[in-house]
Order: sequence, then C-alpha cells, then structure tokens
Amino acid sequence: MAKSKAVEKKKYTRMDFTSDQSVRWCPGCGDYAILAQTQKLFPDLGMDKENVVFISGIGCSSRFPYYMNTFGFHTIHGRAPAVATGVKVANPNLSVWVVTGDGDGLSIGGNHTIHLLRRNLDINVLLFNNRIYGLTKGQYSPTSELGKVTKSTPMGSLDRPFNPLTLALGAQASFVARSIDRETKHMQAMIERSYKHKGTSFLEIYQNCNIFNNGAFAPMTDKESKADNVLWLDNGQPMLFGIKKNKGIHMDGNVPQVVELNGKISTADIMVHDETDYVIASMLANFTYQPDFPDPIGVLYSIDAPSYDDLVTKQLAEAVEIRGTGSIQDLLNSGDTWVVK
Amino acid sequence: MEKTLKNVDDVVIRFAGDSGDGMQLTGGRFTDTAAIVGNDISTLPDYPAEIRAPAGSLAGVSAFQIHFSSRDIHTPGDKVDVLVAMNPAALKVHREELEPGGMLICNTAAFTKKNLTYAGFDTNPLEDESLEDYFRVYTIDMSKIVAEACADMGLTPKTVNRTKNLFALGLLYWIYDRPKEPTKNWLEKKFAKRPELIEANVRAMEAGYNFGETTEIFTTRYKVDKANLPAGTYRNIVGNYAVSLGLVAAAEKSKLPLFYGGYPITPASDILHHLSALKHHNVKTFQAEDEIAGMTSIIGAAFTGNLAVTASSGPGIALKGEALGLAIIAELPMVIVNVQRGGPSTGLPTKTEQSDLFQALYGRNGEAPLPVIASATPGDCFYTAYEACRIALKYMTPVILLTDGYLANGSEPWTIPNVDDLEPIDVKFADTSNIVDGQFMPYLRNKETLARPWAIPGTSGLEHRIGGLEKEDVTGNVNYDPENHHHMTLTRQQKINNVVNDIPPTKIFGEPSGELLILSWGGTMGACRSAAEEMQAAKKAVSHVHLRWLNPLPKDLGEILIRFKSVLVPEINLGQLVKMIRADFLIDAKGLNLVRGKPIGEGRIIEKINEMLGN
Repeated sequence: MAKSKAVEKKKYTRMDFTSDQSVRWCPGCGDYAILAQTQKLFPDLGMDKENVVFISGIGCSSRFPYYMNTFGFHTIHGRAPAVATGVKVANPNLSVWVVTGDGDGLSIGGNHTIHLLRRNLDINVLLFNNRIYGLTKGQYSPTSELGKVTKSTPMGSLDRPFNPLTLALGAQASFVARSIDRETKHMQAMIERSYKHKGTSFLEIYQNCNIFNNGAFAPMTDKESKADNVLWLDNGQPMLFGIKKNKGIHMDGNVPQVVELNGKISTADIMVHDETDYVIASMLANFTYQPDFPDPIGVLYSIDAPSYDDLVTKQLAEAVEIRGTGSIQDLLNSGDTWVVK
Repeated sequence: MEKTLKNVDDVVIRFAGDSGDGMQLTGGRFTDTAAIVGNDISTLPDYPAEIRAPAGSLAGVSAFQIHFSSRDIHTPGDKVDVLVAMNPAALKVHREELEPGGMLICNTAAFTKKNLTYAGFDTNPLEDESLEDYFRVYTIDMSKIVAEACADMGLTPKTVNRTKNLFALGLLYWIYDRPKEPTKNWLEKKFAKRPELIEANVRAMEAGYNFGETTEIFTTRYKVDKANLPAGTYRNIVGNYAVSLGLVAAAEKSKLPLFYGGYPITPASDILHHLSALKHHNVKTFQAEDEIAGMTSIIGAAFTGNLAVTASSGPGIALKGEALGLAIIAELPMVIVNVQRGGPSTGLPTKTEQSDLFQALYGRNGEAPLPVIASATPGDCFYTAYEACRIALKYMTPVILLTDGYLANGSEPWTIPNVDDLEPIDVKFADTSNIVDGQFMPYLRNKETLARPWAIPGTSGLEHRIGGLEKEDVTGNVNYDPENHHHMTLTRQQKINNVVNDIPPTKIFGEPSGELLILSWGGTMGACRSAAEEMQAAKKAVSHVHLRWLNPLPKDLGEILIRFKSVLVPEINLGQLVKMIRADFLIDAKGLNLVRGKPIGEGRIIEKINEMLGN
C-alpha cells in the first residue's frame, strides 16, 4: 500500500522524473515533446513519485515508461488498459497512467480500451495518434485516412478510419480531450486536466511520425494553416477560430456549420462550448476527418461519474460491515459438517 | 408385508433425466445425506452444455452419479447399480452402463409416444419386456403420485410435476435406509420465501419414501454402513469450491489481498462465483472483458503486490498464452487455474479431459518454463491451490494449477484442515536494502531460489521499470546481448528447476519395486489407486505412484521407475505424461488413453494391467 504522507510533500524537479535510460525514438519524433512535457509537468502535480505507475503496451509510444523514473511496466500489445486495471484495483492509491498508440489502443487493444472507459477507473490514458504503424515500419493504422498508401496498402487502404474521440465518447468515457505534440503548453494543460479528472481520462495526442507519416497533422501545426484548421476549445467560450478569430461554429437547427463573423453574424450566434454536454462533445468529435471543419483541440467532454476502483473499495467495506472480517478457518468450518471419532 | 434389510458395501446410483428434471439437485441432496450418514462418497455430475436443450432430447439428458460406500473409495464408480431414468432419453443414454441385474427405476409418465420417438425408441421398452431380461425394472407413474400428494395445495400442475425428482429421492432414501431430515432442512432454507414449495417438495419426498414402504413392489431395503474414515471433522466438498478456499487460505496466510481476474467459462466459472461472495475476506474479483484481460489484469495486480489469480479452461488458457509469457519474463507471482475440459476448440465444455498438460507445459512462445501442479481429488484441490500460491510467491513465478471438469464438479467427504497446520507463506516485499550503489536492482536474485525481489509501487526509492523485452540480469534494463539472453534463458529455467527442492519424496502405494507401476496425474488418481488396490489384493506386484507436480518432476521419480519391469500411464488424452516419461527417463512406459469426456474407470485399467502382465 502507498504510504500516507502527513508530513510535507517532497519537492521534485524534472530530473527526478527522468530515468537513466537513453531515449531511443527516432530523432525528430513527436514522442520526445510528449515525454519532455510530462517530465516537466509532473513535479508540479504534487504526487509522491513512488505512487506513480506508467503502463504501456507495444509500439513506439509504449517505450515511454522506460524513460520515466517512476514505477513502469512495458507490457504486451494492446493490453496496457487491462494491466492498468489490475494495478489500480489492487492499489487505488496509485496514480496510474496508460501510454498507448493508435495501433496498440485502437486496433489490437481496442476491446480493453473501450472497457476501461466504460468502467471509468481512475486511470489516465495518453493515446499517441500518429495514424501509422511506426515500430513495424510503416503499415497503415486504424486511424489512417481512407485510401492511405503504405507498404501493406500499395493501392490505398480500404477501411474507414476510427475517430478516437467518437470511440471514447461511444464507450461512455467521462473525460475526452485532444492535444498536439507541437503545442507544448496546451499539452501540459491537457495532461494536468487528465490527472485532475477523477475517472478515466482519455487524452488523444496528435503526434507526428517524421519517418513513416511525416506531416500527417501539418494543417493543424503549420504556422500558416493552423489557425484555420484548429478549433481551440475553451469551456464556456464561443467556438471561434481563424487567424483573426473571425470564424466560428454556428448551429443551423441541429446542423453545425462554419460561419464567418460579419455584420449579420456576431459572436452571439456562435455555439458556446460546454464540456458537460455529450451532444456538443459528439458533434465536435465528428469534425475530425471532415475537410470543411476545423479539428477540435482541448477538452471535449468532462463529467463526474463514479469510478470502478472507488466502487470496488466501497463494496468491500460494505461486505465487511455486513458480515465482519472473514476468517478462513470459520469459512472452512461452515456448512454441513460431521465428526468422525 | 415384511421387508428384508440387506447389508451391502457399496452402491453406485445414477440419477438421469431431462435438464429441467432437477437431477443435479437430487444427486446433490443424496450426496449430502450420504455424507451425513458417514459413508465415503465420490460423485460425478454429467450435464449437457446446452442450458435448455429441447425437452426430452438425448442432448438434454442431465445425470448425477454417486458412489457411496462403507469402504474407503476413490472414484465415482465404473458401473451403475441403480439407474433412475426420468424419461426415455435418459434411459437411452445411460442404460448401457447399468450393471446386468441392476435396478432400473423409470417415471412412466414421461414415456409418452412423443418422448419415445424423440429418444429413438420405436416401441415403449417399458411395455415390451425387453429390459426385464437384463435389469430389475420398476415402473412408477411419479407425476401422477405427486399430483395426488399435492392435490389440495392449489398449486399449478406444472409446479407440482416439478417435485417428481423429490419423489425419486424419497424412494431411494427408503431403499437405502437414509434419513429425510437433512433434505427437509435444506428445502426449508432453499425455499424460505416460498413455503408452498417446501410443503410440495416434502410431500413428494414423503410420497416416494412411503411408496417404497407400503407397496409390494420393493421387497428389499439395503443398508450401507458408515465408512471407517479417519477421525476428524468432515464436510462434503466440491473441487471448484475447494480451489476457491485454498486460494483464500493462501491469501490469509501470506497476509496479501487476493485479486481474482477472470472471464466466465465452463467449467471454471464457479471459482469466480465463490470468490465473488467472499469480499469480506478482502477478495477482489474482476470480471474482465475477455480472457486476455483476465490474465493481464492479474499481471497488473501481481506487479502491485496482491496475490493474483485467474481461472479458466483450455480455450481461455490459449488466449492467455502470450500474457503468460509476460508473467514469466517479468517474474511475477500468480496462479493460473485450468479446469480442463474436452477439446480441441470449444470441444466438450461440460465434459472432463486431461489433454491440456502439454498446453500448460509448452503452450507459449520462446523458452517459457513455469511450475505445473495438478489436483488429484476434489478435496485435494484445496491443497494444490494453496501450494500453487506458496510456490508462486516463493519463486516469483506464475504457476499453473490443473484440475478438470470431473474434479471441479465432483465431490467427496473432506477432513476440514486446521489453517495453523498449513505450511507458512512468508512474503517479504523489497525495501531499500535491495538498493545497490543508489540503484534498485529488480533482477538481483535470491541465491538459493533464484527468485527476484518483489518491489511494489508505493515503495519510495524502488521505482523501476520492467517489461516483456529481454532484460539484463540484475539491473533489469533492456538488453539484446546474445550472451545475456542465453544466461537469462538458463536462469529462468533453473529457477523453475529449483522448485524440485520443495517437492517431498514420492510416496509409492505398494512395494517399492515389482512387475508394474501405475503412474498417474490429476483426476485419474482415484481409478488408478482402486486398480492398484485390486491388483494387490490379487497378490500381483503392482504399485501406484501419483504425481502432484508435473513441472518439475520429483527428483526421485527416475530411480523409482526403473525398479519396475513396466510402467503404465493412464490418461484422458492421447498420451502426454507418458511421452514426457519416455523422453525424460528413456523407459518404455505404456499409455492407457481413453478420451471419452469421462473419468477412466478402474475396470479398464485392470484390464490393461492384466494384458501387460500376460494374465
């Protein structure tokens, strides 16, 4: 069990969260930025380092735990959410983080991802989405756009991509957010929000694979185009975007449309973001892959919901309250017994 | 009319009927009563995989066999003395195994034209006297009698008809001179909220009892005396429950919380059910989304310092295979129970088999050794589950416990153990004393066992990373060096080999040398022991050795085997242990291999021994 710390909190620096292992991602990989922001942010979160556990599956992103100087477990392909579930249920006091990718979390491990979200364990999921299989050298992934030409799809991929955000919402996630590897401050803010959310936090991070899928998110990261292609979400604020913040999302009945602010249309006509509104979150999530809409970045959805690990703890306490702490000898002696002399 | 009372040593009754006829319940009650009377017992439930196969169909026949005796018995019995057939399909499926001259009791009400056709009878065998040449046939319209017995209760005919199994039970209680009270008490508990059902079932049981007493059909009653069991407090125990109790005992003795992650699968689900009801023992059960999640969740729980357990059956174990490899390379303690069933694939979900031994030993990629232990009897499931936990924790390794469908659902009288007498399980988590030069070394091993330290999250200073990639010895860092990999492969193997030091000397039943040795593992123990007893009574130089550990094999096994001219290995598979014995010890061991979804009977073993001895 984690030790309780009544005395003062330990003070950490970034180096305390940096392991002695040399980082082995390709130079220029987006993963470096995510690692750096995590290591920078963690000293500020106020956790005791020994209570932090990083669990990953297989893939480039899944090397992440080796580089964090916390408890870490690099498991097998797709199963990190299930391993993490065991960790969290076994000791609910731990801060448990799952690092996964689009292949690991949405293809081979899709089942575990959705069930983790549904159960709402207090676990933070960082899903690095580069829309490609990097570690196996460049096959298309479940988030690759339709028609993607790769080694395994020389004539273009035929399967429609998953949208991680709609998938998470469909699986009843209580916290759904997205960030971008190039937006370091935003990413830190999103990781902090994930940490603070009680329940499963699902954070998709657009991450550039400069070797096998370079520029996959260029429209959302290049200086000249990003303002028009990214909708920065801010709770309670109108959904405005564009370099001059002169574009916005307007609801025409039930149908969202992109409008430009002018004499007829003012900020008052623009949809206001509400993180607790499932319908808005779903609508925003669906902007992804739609050429006429900006990609939503930020917290799409955040609600309070009971977490599985809390409920387990409560049920155990209730069982003890009703029946008293069990003793194996009493249990063995129970039922119909008889004595042979 | 005067009824005679005859003493007999042992009896095998098989209750058979449609899935909806309550045969498992009837058998369960007879079993508990036999246990209370003090007989030695052994039971074998045999039920269909379909929850409700079409009524009256051959596929829907459900049976429960009980062997009860005044002697010390080891099996549910080869041959049936009494067959209760509640419908034509039950008669069709089971009559072959009724002994010539055995008692056949049929509920004539179910022998309708429709049911007869369904069961494949052209004519009613109860009417054409075709059965009388072989058996003592008793035809009773049970449905009619229970209807009369409950006529004034205002219950629906359907409800009343469902009590006919209690009629059969009551009749058998009369024939075998058993008390009715335990069943009455049980009914009162079971139907506490439905007093009318208590009343109806008790009336049906009384009607059956009185039917034996007053009609002239039955002239003889039989008495099976108490068995001469060793002194102690007993209860009747079913294998899956015994596994559950063994796990909880290990958790309590090791002072660890028990974490069980699993996915429902026949015939292992009862372990999940039992443990789910024990939350007040600090037992956490997690019904996972699939078998893989069941397995990987326990890896997470083991990493976090819980006593981690999963249970499944062959198809589920196949799905867990990759994760088992992770557990092996991560060197974390946990127990995987395989309640074996007929395979391959979905196979025979409700039938027993021993065909997953090789899967347990070798069913993973890479050199992935782990200890394998198997239960011999329903009660032994407690001790093997406990021992599996103890070894897992001592050697920091996953351990596979093999039981099977017969052990899981079968039962026997069981001396209740004193928990203080169980071997202690001392768990010591790693602490800062495991730090070398400021660095925690997750693979710095115990020199004697080669177990690595167990450093759990929440322990300051022991932050470390592990994973499925090959690792450098001592530091645990990822390492691809050829020599290191060779060293680690050998080390992981040696660690499992070291478990041999925890295996007590092998017990030989019979002389330490001779003509023939029966070598058994798992649920065939009872039949092998019975066969050995019979051969020894006939002054044959036949001994029996039962293996509890399949990996590693006991140290002294080789020297025992060579003291016998021949070795026979009966298994419910096509010869798995026998291949290991031949390969490891270079002896010409023979197999007896019957893969019928049923325990091997002692009769077949004796036949085979006689053949081998040239008798």
